[in-house]
Order: sequence, then structure tokens, then C-alpha cells
Amino acid sequence: MREALSKNGGPRVGVYICHCGKNIAGLVDVQRLTEYAATLPGVAVARDYKYMCSDPGQVLIQKDIAEHKLDRIVVAACSPLLHERTFRSATEAGGLNPFYFQMVSIREHASWVHTDKEEATRKAQDLVRAAVQRVIYHESLERRRVPINPAVLVVGGGIAGIHAALTIANGGKHVYLVEREPTIGGHMAKFDKTFPTLDCAACILTPKMTAVRAHPNITLWTYSEVSQVEGYVGNYKVKVKRRPRYINEELCLGCLECIPACIYKEAKHPDEFNLGLSKRRPIYIPFPQAVPQVVVIDPETCIEFKSGKCKKTCVEACGERNAIDFRQTERTEEIEVGAIVLATGFKTFDAGRVPYYGYGVYPNVYSALEIERLVNASGPTGGEVVLRDGRKPERVGIIHCVGSRDENYNVYCSRVCCMYSIKLAHLIKERTEAEVYNFYIDIRTPGKGFEEFYTKTLAEGVHFVRGKVGQVSDWATAPEEQGKLVIQVEDTLAGMIRRIPVDMVVLSPGLDPQPDAQEVRRLFNISCSNEGWFLERHPKLAPVNTFTDGIFLAGACQGPKDIPDSVAQAGAAAAESLALIDAGYFELEPTTAYLLAEECSGCKTCIPLCPYNAIAFDAEIAKAAINEALCKGCGVCVAACPSGSIQQHLFDDRQIYAEILGVLAGATAAS
Amino acid sequence: MSNPTKPQVAFYWCASCGGCEEAVVDLADGVLAVVDAVDIVFWPVALDFKRSDVEARPDGSIAVAFVNGAIRTSEQEEMAHMLRRKAQFLIAFGACSHLGGIPGLANLWDRESVLRGSYSEAPSVVNPEGTLPQESWQEDGRRVTLPAFRDTVRTLDQVVEVDYYIPGCPPTPKLLMDAVQAILSGALPPRGSVLAPDIALCDQCHLKATKPDRLLLASFKRPHQVLIDPETCLLSQGLLCLGPATRAGCEALCPHGNMPCTGCFGPTSRVHDVGAKLVSAVGSAFDASSPDAIEAVLSTIPDPVGTFYRYSLPASRLRRKVSQAAPAEAAQ
Ligand SMILES: Cc1cc2nc3c(=O)[nH]c(=O)nc-3n(C[C@H](O)[C@H](O)[C@H](O)COP(=O)(O)OP(=O)(O)OC[C@H]3O[C@@H](n4cnc5c(N)ncnc54)[C@H](O)[C@@H]3O)c2cc1C
Ligand code: SF4
Ligand code: SF4
Repeated sequence: MREALSKNGGPRVGVYICHCGKNIAGLVDVQRLTEYAATLPGVAVARDYKYMCSDPGQVLIQKDIAEHKLDRIVVAACSPLLHERTFRSATEAGGLNPFYFQMVSIREHASWVHTDKEEATRKAQDLVRAAVQRVIYHESLERRRVPINPAVLVVGGGIAGIHAALTIANGGKHVYLVEREPTIGGHMAKFDKTFPTLDCAACILTPKMTAVRAHPNITLWTYSEVSQVEGYVGNYKVKVKRRPRYINEELCLGCLECIPACIYKEAKHPDEFNLGLSKRRPIYIPFPQAVPQVVVIDPETCIEFKSGKCKKTCVEACGERNAIDFRQTERTEEIEVGAIVLATGFKTFDAGRVPYYGYGVYPNVYSALEIERLVNASGPTGGEVVLRDGRKPERVGIIHCVGSRDENYNVYCSRVCCMYSIKLAHLIKERTEAEVYNFYIDIRTPGKGFEEFYTKTLAEGVHFVRGKVGQVSDWATAPEEQGKLVIQVEDTLAGMIRRIPVDMVVLSPGLDPQPDAQEVRRLFNISCSNEGWFLERHPKLAPVNTFTDGIFLAGACQGPKDIPDSVAQAGAAAAESLALIDAGYFELEPTTAYLLAEECSGCKTCIPLCPYNAIAFDAEIAKAAINEALCKGCGVCVAACPSGSIQQHLFDDRQIYAEILGVLAGATAAS
Repeated sequence: MSNPTKPQVAFYWCASCGGCEEAVVDLADGVLAVVDAVDIVFWPVALDFKRSDVEARPDGSIAVAFVNGAIRTSEQEEMAHMLRRKAQFLIAFGACSHLGGIPGLANLWDRESVLRGSYSEAPSVVNPEGTLPQESWQEDGRRVTLPAFRDTVRTLDQVVEVDYYIPGCPPTPKLLMDAVQAILSGALPPRGSVLAPDIALCDQCHLKATKPDRLLLASFKRPHQVLIDPETCLLSQGLLCLGPATRAGCEALCPHGNMPCTGCFGPTSRVHDVGAKLVSAVGSAFDASSPDAIEAVLSTIPDPVGTFYRYSLPASRLRRKVSQAAPAEAAQ
């Protein structure tokens, strides 16, 4: 340890150099660095220690503050992301304002990125000098607290949204669950069985769906979308647009008598839930177990809406229940919530975009979701796997990775396609006894029980051909190919081009972000990854948080994942929401931007720039106004204000220039 | 002529165009009030005093010296130092002495290229031997000398300490009158202040209310390229008006005349590099999201340095283009 007196009568700085075991001390000469730090103007104490973040390390700081009357602390260690909080707390525990602290990253910025001991030590000296010069200008700042509204909004009623809503509601908080389709259930409601256990999807999903409906703490709004979000963590004001389903939800009992009573004796319109594999009437329910058990009228196909001259046999059938209301209009509900969970899921990649696989050209080329409906006991064929003409296929080819791991489409792996392709192979074989071929690039089975499921399916006699399929066509070059679809593939294990004739082709498309992900992202003020998945705050340490406090992610909207992972993430998002609410308040970082209102000229440059909508124009006084509760301290407006009338706590010019001059002082001294 | 009861005032010009002198004359009737109140002891452009007259005065005897123009030559340095000694208040008068001004744009070249450009390469010059001005020359037994021509144009306060600044190219008569009155009455702001409001020009602009919340500019236009609507914010019409970044005080003279602000009052006290500020502020109003679209918008700003640092290159963080040819003097 080196001790010196603060030379200028200004703040007395304590400098602490961490060895981080050998992480730092292995390359940076910590002894020399400490001796150097002790010579810097203002430094009263400089010490080095093996692990500054450990308890004894922190106590060292606290004791020195008292003994040496320190009023500024600098710790040179790992990165602020990792331990800034730790050392601010230690500073505070020692009796100082936590913002009288500055951290220097001599691990990430010096020891880890250099090989030369001398250079790394010199760089560490520069960085420490910069921090010492800066910290002298630090000001004491107060964290502000905002109260948290205990209600939660969950957007999207797939398995992730359902699980999050139930968990939060079971925790005693009120949940608004908003789903844009007429029923909750999401993709899972379309499946017959789920990999790898082959559980019956309906058996495990429908009880949860009904629980949502019945839960006293859940307000379920289907056929609805969020149209506006204002406010900030703990205090969001949300508007929800509720589309008219032309049925009074309170009065409809779900008896479904109106459906067969419809003037259309035959169902004529493609059924969306069955991906057009069956027909529905203008008045319908997506599937028998839909929640809520409330029918919908589609005004596009209903005669009453077209001509106003329908006999309205549905109304007759409804009778005294009187639930049908053709005059219903769109309504907007306004709610206030403290936290929001986004669970808007995914969309499957449009297989028609890959022209050489013939989707949309050959009727017997199907997408996996269509097959999910065909194998489903309550699907359009009652679970029979048949071709469009009703024949049973004898040979079936399943093509993996459609649109995934492909430079022309999505480069990422969609994670679930290998497994659901194997599941579909098993189910098709079970239902049809056909020869089933799976064409794969690599088989990816990284989950619990996945590899076992794969080997079991192999043992059942499903063929696996390794190779990316080049083309699907109906162009026969041999008698056995007549009337068949021919899959042409380079079998990379056999080392030859093969042509495999089949009756049915199943394309396994990858997972895409929802087409409106960008609009939703903007609505909720969060970010998207390059591919369009909602971005988590940290891939490892904050996987369900976003960069906007109080907004959490669950399920496939954050990236491709299977049901178990979606549910686990939904549980985590629910826990984060509950933790936030139960704390009762949220502490805002004080490193926000603030306006010098006198000096603001009202030029409006800053108004559209804030990524968090924290800035508004106050027309009355013709000046900008910053809501510090919304400000994240990104600094965009601070940099942009052309008259320097926005400043930022902990980033004012004196502090930044002192730091820059501190870094550069070494260079000028050396030259 | 010198009257011992009245405060003594000096005016001097360095690297400037003469416009600042004109601004003093522009006081019109006001000039009489000034002449009444003070005793002008030095004003080369109007009155026949010599440098030696000023040198002969005791140090600190002059109440106020107004110096306009940037500092480029050794003579200007000497005069600045001399006036600093003689005057109680040294005022940087006008954009050139305040920030470097238009002459400061010469910092984009070095000494040699400026001299060669002016004395040998300019199309209007016939100089086959390529003779350049010399600091000293012997002919017919006589020695003639010229002041040294420095590599870098500097602001007045980069040479001597300055007490106050009066901004503008040129300063408006009102600012000058206000400053004189403030000095005479002693009602002065802290030393080192710019004697103009510390808020940007939009605050004084009659078009401010017409500025939209969000500008989306796909191209910038120069005033001769468009029919300007005098009732609408010029920036929103695609004219690169520097009002948002420029200190107020002129009462939006140029926008009143349908001309965008070019920034002669310099930045507010809170901005250290007005060009950098402008780049981030103007850049945020681009209607462009791809690199190509950004290039397209940028291509409509043909002279970025001359636009964003028109009056302030020597006072900016950049100060000058560092030339390989003359690194030594560049750092002066
Ligand atoms: C063919 C296929 C088979 C699969 N088989 C299996 C399997 O066997 N086992 C397994 O574990 N996984 C399987 N998966 C993966 C599984 O589908 C996902 O893990 C799961 O659906 C993710 O649930 P989620 O709630 O995140 O998203 P989703 O199921 O997509 O639900 C999202 C919900 O949000 C709603 N929504 C979207 N945007 C909005 C909005 N703006 N406002 C309101 N509501 C909105 C949607 O309408 C939808 O109801 C399969 C996937 C595919 C494509
Ligand atoms: S610092 Fe960033 S978050 Fe804060 S008001 Fe400015 S632009 Fe918005
Ligand atoms: S950019 Fe600066 S001067 Fe302009 S409105 Fe915003 S705060 Fe005011």
C-alpha cells in the first residue's frame, strides 16, 4: 500500500487495483500501477488487492473512507457491467454517495486484450489517471423511486402467454391477457402430439386454456390488439382495440346451435384454423375447444353484412339468448399496468418462397403445419393422413430446414424443425404405414429425451437421408416415377445423387418473427435483433428482460424455441413481473438527461430523437421537456442539442474532458 | 484632442475585411453619443494616430480596446500584445477576432500553399519566376521588411487574454451600443463572457412556430436554388439554417431577409465545437436509412467545413488541417 496526502486540498481519492486472481495481475504489473496511482494529484490512498469484489475487498474501501476521509473512489478491475453496482454499493456502505465512484476496466481493456506486460501496464496507468481526473468532478446524485401498479398486461395467448398469465394470476395479481385471434392457444392448439414425449397436445393445453377463462384474476380479451402504450416502468397506460365479433360475449353460452343454423347449408369458406384444409361458415368457432367458447361472425362472408337481406337463421337459433349483435363496433379499452409480458410468438417461414420445392404448385406438397392439422384427431380428416384426392400416401418425404440455415433465407437454425419432422415422420408412419423419408442437413437433438426420440423413430424404420434437397418435381424419368413427386437429393453419406419418388412431400419450414414484429417493437419501445426477434437485455444474464424496464419477453417472440423452453421462459417472465410488483417501487438510475430550460431555444432538434419517447415539446412555453422517469440515459439528445441545452448527470463536459485529457496525458508526456 | 476626464477608447483591425469598422460607422447617430462619452485615441481606419502614439501612452491608460480581425501576422501579434498592455478591457470584436472568422478557413491550407495560391497560381497573377513575398528584401542599398506570415490563423484569445467578446460578422450596432454602455456603467457579466444572449437563435426567430416536430430532409438546398417561402422555417424548407446552433443576439436578421443563418455569432457557451454539434444535429434530421441514401443527402452539402465551421475553424477543436509539410508551426 502507498499512502500520500491529497495535494491540492480538493477531493481525496482512494484508488483500488484488483488482481482478479491472475486475470489482471498476470499481465498488468499491479504493484507498479498502485505506486503510480499514489502519485496522482488528489489521490490519498492507493491499494491493490487480490479480489476487490470479495467481501474483504469491499470492506477495505469502507474502512478507508472512514480512516482516510476519502470522498472519491476509483476501482480498477473488470467491467462496469459486471461490478459497477457492487462497488457503488461499497462506496455507499462506506458513507459516501454511490456516484462518487468511477470504475476502470483494466481487465477487458488491458490485461485480456494485450500480450505485452509493459504496454498493458502503461495503458492501465493511462486509464487509472483518466478515472482519477474524472471522479474529482463527480457530483452526488439521488436515485428516484417510482411506485408500481400491481396489474400486468400479457400480449399473446399462445402457450407462453397462457403460462405467464396463469402464473402471475396465481400469484394474486390481476392480468389482462390480450390475444388477436378469436381464441387463445397459439400454435400449440393446432398440434395433435408434441415431441419428444408424444403427449396429446390438447390434453395438456386445453385445461390451461379453460383455467385462463375461469381465473378470477384474469381479464381475457381475444380478437383484440394493443394500439397504444404510454408511460414507463410501473406506470404504463395501455389502449386495447377490441374488434367486433358481432356476438355479445356475455350472452353467448357457447352452445354453437347458431352454426348449423346458418343460411349456408354447406360450409363454403376456407377455414383459417385448418389452414384452408377444410371449410367453415360465416359464423364459426375456430375449433371445438376454443377459449372463449364464443362464436365469431366474419363480416367478409356473412350475407347480412353484404346485402342486409339475410334471413338471419342464426339469430333465430340463438333465440332468447339474444347474443348475436350485427351492430357491434370496435371498442377501445384503457388500462393501467405496472409490467408487460410480450408473448406474441412466431410465424412459420413461407415455404412458397423456395421455388424449387413446389409448394403451391404441386397439390401434394404440404407444409408441416398442414400435416399437424391432418394428423390431428379433431382436424379436417379426423386424424387420417390422406392426399388431396383422398388417397392414402404410400411413400412420404419430409424435407427439413426449409428456409433455415440457408444464406438465401434465414441463416439461423430454427431449433424445433428437426424434432417436429421426426414427430411427424412417426405419426405419418403410424397412421399410414407408408415408407417415410426424412431429408436433413444435420439432425439436431439437443433437448432432454430428444436423441432417444430420434433413435426410437429410426428403429421404427423411418429412413433418414443426409443431404439438402435440390428439387421437388413431377417430371418422371423412369417408370416407377410416373405419377409421383420426385425428390432429388445429393445423399452425402452415400456420396451420390438420388431421385426418390413419393406421393406426399412435407416441407418443414423454419420459424420467422411475426410479420408485424417491427410495429409491435416500436409500440412497446423495445429492440429487435437483426433477424427481427425481440431482443433480450442480456442473452445469458437477463434473457427475459428487455432494454425497457418493466417489459418482459416470453416464448418464441424472442427466438425459435420449443414448448418446454417457452413455458420455462414464461415462468421466468412471470417471476420478473411479480418481483417488480412486490418490490412496490422501482429505482431509476439517476444518470439521466436533463434540460436547461432557460437556455433551450425550442429548436425541436431533440424531439423526434429519443428512442424511449422521453422528450416532448411543451407548446405553451415553446421549449422541450424531458420526462426523467422515461429517460434511459442513452445520451442521444445530449449529443444532438445544437445549443448544448441538454446535459446528462455523470456525463457532463467537465467530467468527459477531464477523462479524455487524463487518457491523453500519457501520450503527451511520452512524446 | 485627448481629454483626460473621458475614458479613452482604441479600435484596431487585424485579419479582417473592414466590415467591423463599418459596423462602428453604422452606429449612425449613435456614434455621436459614443464620441461624446469617450475619447478615441486610436482608430487607424478613420483617424490619423500612429502606433508610436499608442506606445507612448502609459500601460493600462486606455479604458477599452476593441480589436477586430483574426491574428495571422507577426505585426498583428505585436499589436495585440501592445493593446493588451495599454488597455484595461480588451474586447474581441466580431467573428474573426472571436472565433477566427472567414479568414480562419485558410487553416485548411498551410502557409506555403496560401502564398503560392495567391502570388503565383491564381489565374489573375503573372509571376513566371514564382516570386513569393519575403520578410526582408535588400534593393538599391535599402532594406524593406514585411511582417512574418504565420502558418495558422488564430483567434485573438489564442494570442492574448481577452476580457469580453462581441460576436457577429459584423456585430450589430445594437450589440456594440449595449456593450459600450455596459462597460461605461460597469454593469458587466463575468469576465470572458460573450456579450450576447446565451441561447440559440431559434428563440428570437419569427419563423420558430412553423418548425415541425420532426424534420425529414432528403436534400439540402442553397438559397438560389429554391423559391423561399418567407413564412416557414427555413430549415424545414431544406435550407441549411444554422439558427439552432448559433447564439442569438442579431434578432434573426438573416432569416428576416429570407436568408438562412450562417452562424456568425458562434455557438452558445455550452458548446465547445459548433461544427461537431451541427453534424450530429443536422445528421439526425436526414430522411435516409441506407448508406446510399445518406450519401445522397450528404452530397447536397458541397462544403461541409465551410458550412459548419464557416466562422469558427480556428476556435474549434479541429483548429486547422494538419499538413505534412509544416508540422512544426502547425502546433504553435
Ligand atoms: C409445425 C410445428 C410443430 C411443432 N411441434 C412442436 C412439438 O411437438 N413440441 C414442442 O415443444 N414444440 C413444437 N413446436 C414449437 C411450438 O410451436 C412453439 O414452441 C410454441 O408454439 C411457442 O409458443 P408461443 O406462445 O411463444 O408462440 P405462439 O404459439 O406462436 O403463440 C403466440 C400467440 O400470440 C398471438 N399474437 C401474436 N401477435 C399478437 C399481437 N400483436 N397482439 C395480440 N396477440 C398476438 C398469436 O395469435 C398467438 O396466439 C412446433 C412448431 C411448428 C411450427
Ligand atoms: S438521454 Fe436518451 S433516453 Fe434520455 S431523454 Fe435523451 S434521448 Fe431520451
Ligand atoms: S435540441 Fe436543445 S435547444 Fe433544441 S429544443 Fe431540444 S433542448 Fe431545446
